[in-house]
Amino acid sequence: MEKIKIEHVSKVFGKHIPQALELVKQQKSKTAILKETGATVGVYDASFTVNEGEIFVIMGLSGSGKSTLIRLLNRLIEPTDGNIYIDGQNISTMGKEELRTVRRNKMSMVFQNFGLFPHRTLLQNTEYGLEIRGITKNERQAKAEQALANAGLLAYKDQYPSQLSGGMQQRVGLARALANDPEILLMDEAFSALDPLIRKEMQDELLELQRTLKKTILFITHDLNEALRIGDRIAIMKDGSIMQIGTGEEILSNPANDYVRTFVEDVDRSKVLTAENIMVRPIYVNVDLDGPTVALKRMREETVSLLMAVDKNRHLKGYITADDALDAAKKHEQTVHRIVQSEIVTVPPDMLLHDILGLIYNSPTPIAVVKDERLLGVLIRGVVIEALSTNEEGFAHE
Amino acid sequence: MNNLLPTIPVASWVESAMEWFTNQFSAFFTVIKDAGKFVMEHVTGWLISVPAIVLILLITIIAFFITGKKLGLAIFSFIGLLFIYNQGLWTQLMETTTLVLFSSVISIVIGIPIGILMSKSPVAENIIKPILDFMQTMPGFVYLIPAVAFFGIGVVPGVFASVIFALPPTVRMTNLGIRQVPKELVEAADSYGSTAGQKLWKVEIPLAKSTIMAGINQTVMLSLSMVVIASMIGSPGLGREVLTALQRTQVGNGFVAGLGLVIFAIIIDRFTQSLNKKKTV
Repeated sequence: MEKIKIEHVSKVFGKHIPQALELVKQQKSKTAILKETGATVGVYDASFTVNEGEIFVIMGLSGSGKSTLIRLLNRLIEPTDGNIYIDGQNISTMGKEELRTVRRNKMSMVFQNFGLFPHRTLLQNTEYGLEIRGITKNERQAKAEQALANAGLLAYKDQYPSQLSGGMQQRVGLARALANDPEILLMDEAFSALDPLIRKEMQDELLELQRTLKKTILFITHDLNEALRIGDRIAIMKDGSIMQIGTGEEILSNPANDYVRTFVEDVDRSKVLTAENIMVRPIYVNVDLDGPTVALKRMREETVSLLMAVDKNRHLKGYITADDALDAAKKHEQTVHRIVQSEIVTVPPDMLLHDILGLIYNSPTPIAVVKDERLLGVLIRGVVIEALSTNEEGFAHE
Repeated sequence: MNNLLPTIPVASWVESAMEWFTNQFSAFFTVIKDAGKFVMEHVTGWLISVPAIVLILLITIIAFFITGKKLGLAIFSFIGLLFIYNQGLWTQLMETTTLVLFSSVISIVIGIPIGILMSKSPVAENIIKPILDFMQTMPGFVYLIPAVAFFGIGVVPGVFASVIFALPPTVRMTNLGIRQVPKELVEAADSYGSTAGQKLWKVEIPLAKSTIMAGINQTVMLSLSMVVIASMIGSPGLGREVLTALQRTQVGNGFVAGLGLVIFAIIIDRFTQSLNKKKTV
């Protein structure tokens, strides 16, 4: 079922709007139009439909107009031209009152920098949407608490946003959006401000949520990997125009033009993926705290035979093996200092997969990804090879 | 030059405009003057009727709690106020307090809504900004003239001149504070379907609060300085002591009254500032 329909929508900022639109039709570039008319083209002639329950990703580099496009949908930015339908209702011609009703009941937005109100507690933030609809205090609190509980953050409900990490703040942002029980979620670079590992986690959580909630999600990103990972369909934007719309598979195997091709080709190579993209969560012991028994227990829990060793600042010290830990435990040693082996290969997070390949074949241990001495993640052979092979198939099955 | 171009009679234009204004609204001005005088004299009377030592202790205790249970301001207030009492200036201090209180409250009540209007409407901002510049660059003494024309002499014209002089910071800082609210938070408020009023009260004003409070602090301090100048048109209080000392070249008395003003200024400055800090933490 078609939920959102956008027809020939354009947005031009500044003066001389008709001339600017005319120039866009002549395929003039954004800079040329700015020079001639002084107007900036945000979005030009965008048309697409989003089906109910679909995750539709709009992908583009910065300045491509993707953030403007998503704001046209709830009219945080007024469209210059074109029609926007949600459930058949024309959003672009609505009066103030009607628009407010749609914003309150149909869609919620999640922001890049979370958009949480710093003067409100997490609970108060989460119930904001319900509060302004005039829902009674008891009811809205119950709903907000439920939403926070779903995000695993109920214990923090009386904290303020500044007391939380970025990942947690964005969970609150998502909880606030979902507390409203909207049909449509607008997510504007929602995970872009997060660390790579947290970002991956959040993507997984979103997919998991979507499995049960079946919302219609419009997701903006500049990261093609993210688009391919979560998008049912993807639209690629450049200079305000949509270049291609299709599933990840379609876009990768059948790019519509040169722009999309270079974009996609870039991703296809091991020269684009970095250590950061493919590292996994490190399993480690704290050499300042943990003894060999703790180390052994952790190895059993995680079913690994080797642990990274870090100090209390999470600075990498080396690794310990199961054999050594067993030996130390038998001798009743209290610390793992003796058995930490320091010969370990480390790489910076921005090292390319291409360069990692040579290292990992020669390394007897996993490779540690380290930035400023801090352990960020580890690269294990299986994952590296997997990344490479999915890469060759065109990334589609990631 | 003078031969080529006759002097434009701006002064006489303003004078006749003022005269017309005063005549047209004289009944109105009289009502305001009488009512204002009545209310303010009662407030002063009430303040004086409280035993000075009770009020000093009360302010000391409030100072202690308002600064987060630190002793500094409390001790300063206690000794400073006791000194003023000791110098026989307590009544004058209470008169000055009333004047500052009324002119600050009126400035804030007028200033905040104007500031909000400015932040919401670029047209209003473009009109009001030059007026504020005008109000702030015009020497404070000049406001005494229309004040006298409208209200004669006494407390009410003093408050009138102080309000004009002290209003701009509150207006400016309210405007600035609301405009400084991060765009994403305004978008968040809008995207959930807030009405303009909900956005203002639930998001913008709370986030602009510390900036607005800084403006209010400035307004209070300015109104104090103007209240002193207003002694020239018969406003009572510590300012009149300074003026009298000036006219009679009594250095000692002038110094004591001036010191009293400084003590009072420091106390109200710290009070309004710590009110701000408390709210933002």
